[in-house]
This record gives sequence, structure tokens and C-alpha cells, in this order.
Amino acid sequence: MDKVKKAFSGMSASLLAIVAGLLAGFVILLISNPANAVRGLWTILLGGWNNGMKGMGQVLYYATPIIMTGLSVGFAFKTGMFNIGATGQLMMGGFVSVYVGVTWTFLPGALHWIVALMMGALAGMAWGMIVGLFKALLNVHEVITSIMLNYIALYLINYLIKISYLFDSLKNQSVNVAATAVIPKAGLDQIFFILKGKYHDASSVNAGILIAIGIALLMYVLLNKTTFGFELKAVGYNRHASRYAGISENRAIITSMAIAGGLAGVAGALMYLAPASGMHIHVEEVLAAQGFNGIAVALLGMSSPLGIIFTGLFIAHITVGGAYLQSLRYMKEIIEVIIGLIIYFSAFSLLVRDMILRANKKRRLKAEAQMKPEEES
Amino acid sequence: MDAIYFLVQQMMFFSIPLLIVALGGMFSERSGVVNIALEGIMVTGAFVSILFISNLQSVMSGQALLLLAILVAVVSGMLFSLLHAYAAINLRSDQTISGTALNMIAPAAAIYLARMLQPNGVQQVEFTNTFRIPSVPVLGDIPVLGPLLFQNAYITTYIGLLIFAVSAFVLYRTRFGLRLRSCGEHPQAADSVGINVYKMRYAGVMISGALAGLGGLVYVIPTSTNFNATVSGYGFLALAVLIFGQWKPLRILLAAFFFGLMKTIASAYSGIPVLQDLGIPSDIYKMVPFIATLIALAFTSRKSQAPRASGVPYDKGQR
Repeated sequence: MDKVKKAFSGMSASLLAIVAGLLAGFVILLISNPANAVRGLWTILLGGWNNGMKGMGQVLYYATPIIMTGLSVGFAFKTGMFNIGATGQLMMGGFVSVYVGVTWTFLPGALHWIVALMMGALAGMAWGMIVGLFKALLNVHEVITSIMLNYIALYLINYLIKISYLFDSLKNQSVNVAATAVIPKAGLDQIFFILKGKYHDASSVNAGILIAIGIALLMYVLLNKTTFGFELKAVGYNRHASRYAGISENRAIITSMAIAGGLAGVAGALMYLAPASGMHIHVEEVLAAQGFNGIAVALLGMSSPLGIIFTGLFIAHITVGGAYLQSLRYMKEIIEVIIGLIIYFSAFSLLVRDMILRANKKRRLKAEAQMKPEEES
Repeated sequence: MDAIYFLVQQMMFFSIPLLIVALGGMFSERSGVVNIALEGIMVTGAFVSILFISNLQSVMSGQALLLLAILVAVVSGMLFSLLHAYAAINLRSDQTISGTALNMIAPAAAIYLARMLQPNGVQQVEFTNTFRIPSVPVLGDIPVLGPLLFQNAYITTYIGLLIFAVSAFVLYRTRFGLRLRSCGEHPQAADSVGINVYKMRYAGVMISGALAGLGGLVYVIPTSTNFNATVSGYGFLALAVLIFGQWKPLRILLAAFFFGLMKTIASAYSGIPVLQDLGIPSDIYKMVPFIATLIALAFTSRKSQAPRASGVPYDKGQR
């Protein structure tokens, strides 16, 4: 019962943070252009609905990678590790899955994309595991290894694309993956579309979102219902106590980072194997933003897999909404400011939780005080 | 010889901002507050001070303008870092939360404000670089040392080195430094002898804000003629330099120079005949600084230990 109450007060703290962040965003809208502020806020809240079912499909599409990187960061948090390297793991996963998607055409159709996805996961896993190994065996702080590996992944991928026959030098990007390696739409394009005359204008949503949610549920079970998950969390709570209890700290660190890396690797695979805007990698010297956004998603979802599904969807929702702000002469960057503010306000959660608990206690005491005279009579 | 002069001059452009920001991070972490917001604070400091330069360059220029801009960068970085200090110290929240929030807010707000405040409505803030010193009077004429350190330089390089000396002195030779360190190692003990842990931690975070804000300006000035809402991940690299330097000033200096040198070789190898002749693709060179750092870390981190209470909120009630 207590657990439920705690989870509930945590959730209401996150909701309060969201409301406060949106209000602050409204104030910014008011300052920059008062005439359109109310419509601006409404546009943000509508999010994907600004463009009907197609827009909602886009929300699911954008939510897919950030739910996965959110899971990656959140999973590492549970073992007390800060995975700032989801970006690098994502890019490695994306690269390997594109490589498999382009070259392993000998695979039968239905198997091709699944193998590409799995190889991407393995690549991310290997990249994440390096962080764990450095931490466990050489005592190198995970943050520094992660940051270095982000950049190494970036340049390594650019190098590998350029020397392989994956390279399309005219467009300065990799060639598209084979049709069999593209993630199927799983009928979602029949739900998330708008009609333009007789033409189905479908969104880019695909089975990736179902895979992401499925994996989130799996992670929930792993963390909460298995001994393995319990051990990982125990190391995160108190590594001295868990060592005393016979849990190998090193093993927990390495496996936890490997799993976190694998989750980010899946994010990359789902991004680059997606129909529409995915399917190839641009050669550019920019770290993928989805990795860092994963930190925001994980924090707001309080590292819980179920929370992360919702925060990933929410952030994607207002981000898609932000794209429609331009018609009201607002800049879409305000969405990132709002997300940042929401995360900042979630730092108040401890304060809010205390307040809620105190209010509950007061109410209970009051109720008890009223009960007493009746009992006596 | 010219190649070496060029290398060292270039190295300063990479190393000095890393040094300044990493030293800032050191003050925060040694007081017990992890500051991953360095990147965001750098962006804020750079944005406000470059906007300041951009608006004032029609009436003044040169070192006077740069010194004023430095002051602006320091103050804006310090004010922005207060947000982190409040969440981490007063609210006792997880310190990655406010750090991540600041990192998200700063670049987006910089674009938003630049487009709102500038008459032309673009997100880049342009400025004219009138700050380069071709040769420092007298000192620039010294053989070897002159071209190495006193030609093609910026005043910010010397300020950076001065900050290093002052930081090392303050941290190890003053009462303030001792108290600050004690709050990062064992705040309960510090509190029991009458040190105000909250106040010391505020001081640590504010110093980190001031230096990170300055670092943002120092990074942008020699490498660009406009500010485009980014410091290219230098805040995170500074965090790496801080850990590489094991939270100690001298080691941070060495780490910053090591990394800066590697980075210079990676970006300027085509100007160095020996390296150019090797025929190694540029992407490999670009990986070198990061791989070299990882290798160096593998050998030097055995005894590395973060300040023990770093990242742990201090709750007076739990003493």
C-alpha cells in the first residue's frame, strides 16, 4: 500500500512539474508575442493532433528512439551509473544495423530486418560494455569513458562509411538499406493517416514503437520481478551492502552497462531501419541528439520503464506540436526550453512529495482525532 | 620550428577554455556538487557576452571591450549556475536533474533570444575579432619563448593561466579552500565544526558558473566570428578533463594541455609535413584525442577517487 502511495505521489510530482513547465512556457509566449499566446499554448498541448491521426502517428514515430535511449539511461541509473554515452551506443547500433541492412541481402525477407535489428543491439551492447569494463576493471569513471566513446563512435562511423561501398559520395551519406531490412509498418499506417481527397496521407509510424514498448515492458519485468534485476538495483542503492550480501559489484556494473548499451543500440537500429526518413546515415560531425534527450526522458520518467514510455510519448507529443508553432510566428526552440523547465521543476519533486505526505498525515491525524470521541461514546 | 610555434599557439585555443571550465567544475565538485551543467553554462556565458560585444563593437574595440565582455560572461555564467545551486543544495534533488535541465535550456534559449533580440532575426550572433595580439610588446621578441607564448595570442590565454595559479593556491593554501574541500569529502564533519555547508557549496557552484561562463567566451573568440548557440560539446569535454585530472588543479592543467595538443594535431595535421605524408585519413586523426585519453586513463585511474560526498545532497537533519 505504501509503495503504491509513494509511486502515486511521485507521479503527481512529475505531473505538477509538467503543469509548471507549461505555465512558464506560456509566460514566455506572452512576453514574445501576447496576441497569439493562448493559441500558441493550445497548439503545444494539441501536439500531434494539430494534424489529426497523421500527427499522432508522427508522435509515435518520434517517441520510438527516445523511449529506447530513455530506457538505456534509466537502466544504468538503476545500477548507480550515469550513461551519458547513449548517443555513441545509438550511433554504433544504427551503423551496424544499416551495414547488415545493406549487405546481408542473402537473408530471407522476413528475417532480414530482425537480424539487422539484433546486430544493432549487439553493437550497442559492445559499445556500452566497454564503459562497464573500464569502470569495473580499471576504475575509470563511466562519464569520461562515455564521452570519449561518443566521439570515437562518431568519427569511426564516418570513416567506415567512407571506406566501404556503403558510401554514396554524391549525397555524402550511406546508401539506403534493402527493402527487406526496413521495419514493417504492421498496419499502423492504416490507422495513423489523414485523407487528402482519396489519397491516404500516412504518417511515418512503424512497428518500431511496438518493439520499443514491448522492450520497456520486458525491462519492467526484469527489474522488478527477477533476482537479476534485484541485484542490479541493490548495487545502485548501496554497493557496500550488496557486496556484503554476496553480489558481485563488478559483474553488475558490466552487465548493466552492456544492457543499457544494447537498449541504445536498438534505438539506433529503429531510427535507421525506419521507413521514411531513416534507412541511411548522413556523414556529418554531429552527435545524435536522441542520446542526450534520453537523459531527459529517463529523469522525468524517474528511471521506471513504465514512466519512460509515458514521458517519451509526452516529449514527442509537444515536440511535434512545436513544429506547428511557426505559423503563429513563434520559434520551435521554445519546446526545448519548456522541456528543460519541466525537468528543472521535477527537481522540486522531493519538496512536493514531502508536502503531500505531510498533508496526508495531517488529514489522517485530524480524522483520528474526530474518530476518538465517537469510540468513547 | 615554425610548425611547433604554430602547434603551441593553436593548442592554447583548445586547452585554455578546457582548463578554465574544468577548474570551475573542480570547485563545484570539491564542494560536493556534481556539475554536469558546465556545457549549458558555457553556452549562456558565450551567448550573453558575444551579444554584448556585438552590440558595443561600434563604439569600442580591442582589449578594453574584451575585458568588459569577460566580466559579462563571468556574471551571466554565475547567475545561471544559481539555478543549479538552488536545486542541488536547497531542494536536495538529484544533481543530474538540474544539470540536464540547464544543458537543455541554454542552447534553445540562446537561439530563441538571439532571434528575438537581434534586428535581423537570425540565430547567429556575429562579431568582429579585434582581440588578437600579434605580438606582446617586449615579451614577444624573446627568442623561442616569444613566438611560443607571446605571439598570435589572446589576453584570455594569460587570464586562463592566472586562474590556474589562483585556483591551486585558493584550494590548497587558504582557509576557504580547506573548508570547501571538507564539504566535498565529509560535510557532516565539516558542519560539526561550524562550517556552513550550504554556503560553501553555493560558493563552489557559483565559482564553477563564473569560470564556465568565461570559458564559453574564451572558446568562441579565437575559433569563430559568430556564436551559433553551441560550444561544440566543450562543456562535456571539460567534465572529462576534470575527471582525467582527478579533481586536482595541476593534473587538470596537464590533462587540458594533453587533450588540447592531441586535438590540435587532429585538426592541423595537414599543416605538419611529417603527419601529412603518412596519408592517414582525417577521420582517424580526429579519433586520436579521444582514444589517447582513454588509453591514458586506463593507466592512470587505479587510485582515482572522486570527492567522497560529491553528488550527495547534504541534509542537515540526517547528521
